Amino acid sequence: MSEYKTLTAADVSVGDKLQSTDIDISTGLVVCGALATRDFEPVHHSKAEAQAVGLPDVFMNILTSQGLMTRFATDWSGPEATVNSIDLKLGAPNIPGMVMAMTGEVTAVNGDTVDINILGENNIWGMHMQGTIQLTLPKEA
Amino acid sequence: MNEQEQKAFEEEIYSFVGQVVYPTTPAPDDINETMIRQWSEILGETNPAYLDAEWAANSSRGHTIAPPAMMYVWGQEGFQVTQGRAPNAMSTLVEVFNRHGFTGVLGTNVKQQYMKESCIGDNISVHMIIDNISERKTTARGTGYFFETLSTFTDQHNDVVGTQRFKVLKFAPQEQPTAATDDGALEVPTRIPSPRGHDNKWWWDACDEGKVLIQRCKNCDTLRHPPRPMCGECQSMDWDSIESTLDGEIMSYTCLRHPVIPGYPKDPICAVIKLAEGTHFVANLVGCEYEELSIGMKVKGKVEQVDEKTVLPQFYPV
Repeated sequence: MSEYKTLTAADVSVGDKLQSTDIDISTGLVVCGALATRDFEPVHHSKAEAQAVGLPDVFMNILTSQGLMTRFATDWSGPEATVNSIDLKLGAPNIPGMVMAMTGEVTAVNGDTVDINILGENNIWGMHMQGTIQLTLPKEA
Repeated sequence: MNEQEQKAFEEEIYSFVGQVVYPTTPAPDDINETMIRQWSEILGETNPAYLDAEWAANSSRGHTIAPPAMMYVWGQEGFQVTQGRAPNAMSTLVEVFNRHGFTGVLGTNVKQQYMKESCIGDNISVHMIIDNISERKTTARGTGYFFETLSTFTDQHNDVVGTQRFKVLKFAPQEQPTAATDDGALEVPTRIPSPRGHDNKWWWDACDEGKVLIQRCKNCDTLRHPPRPMCGECQSMDWDSIESTLDGEIMSYTCLRHPVIPGYPKDPICAVIKLAEGTHFVANLVGCEYEELSIGMKVKGKVEQVDEKTVLPQFYPV
């Protein structure tokens, strides 16, 4: 009925790679992402406050990282997929000027649920976040 | 901190386990289209399940849903946090840690589980407790304790829509963070520069000009690599060099999967190559997959600029 396709479990195998993507970490993304997630901690919008804790500039808040992670998974699966869980290990901060490369791979398929291992790695300090998202895919039509 | 003091301190922190940080608190805003659209716009999210009511009406759900990753957003404290947060069990616990020198803080893990999809008009309440505190741990950052909060999210029907576990390390920093003041652009890391000493500078200088040289004993003509002052065969210290054609074959190879080193490509293939001239040479194999390689395979080298500051010979399968 629409241009949006959603994968079913039959389309997916362990080892499938997700189309990788690069995300430019701009001041706008960091600050506006913090505000869109109602995270008003000064370190996410005030460079002076971020520098006071030893970082060169404002850094991305966790909720923005989580949002980018789920977006990456559902961009791959399509909109009829349900997100069951997201389990993230947090690494180096994302700072404006960096580029975060996101890569992912299917690590398990159990019935209609799939586990995807996703890595977000920035070009300066390496691993920003790494973890597993579990989705339930729709039954085959 | 002596043993007794540590015991008293640990008794104090462990008494926080189970304490409520936020009693069940309804979000100030019901789930609404405006906040979802703004969040999506900024994060580059285009999922029609969140954004397109017409599409969603015809989808299996029959309506749009809130992005699951926004679950924690609805109940966030507002702009007043810029003036500091109201005291609660967590801030009191943090104070106890700080007072005993565990001033460092690092969020290490966050896990969200979603039990029920929420939609526009729902109101999400959050209830948070301090769920557990680890024993004393030694980490790369310093000695400290992990504590984990457990938040439970319910909707207006009292259904649990999800949970969040957030793990934080409170640690005694090895050194106090110093304020950063450098406004310069972030420097993209490059490879570790080759050390150029009395006995090998000539070799790297030639490499910068695109040539791979092999040292040759002037007395007995034996070739040697890497560069060194004396011939292993005849002990002569007189030498000159010849230029390699960079034809070779793989003697041994491996892929360095871990750790990822800033400035280096991911999963680099490192090989020992037997050059046609007879000496052995360690270099990266590029332009190929690890699985395609085998011992004895013919390779050809090229001296290439591999990053902004580094020129290196790299080898390709022939």
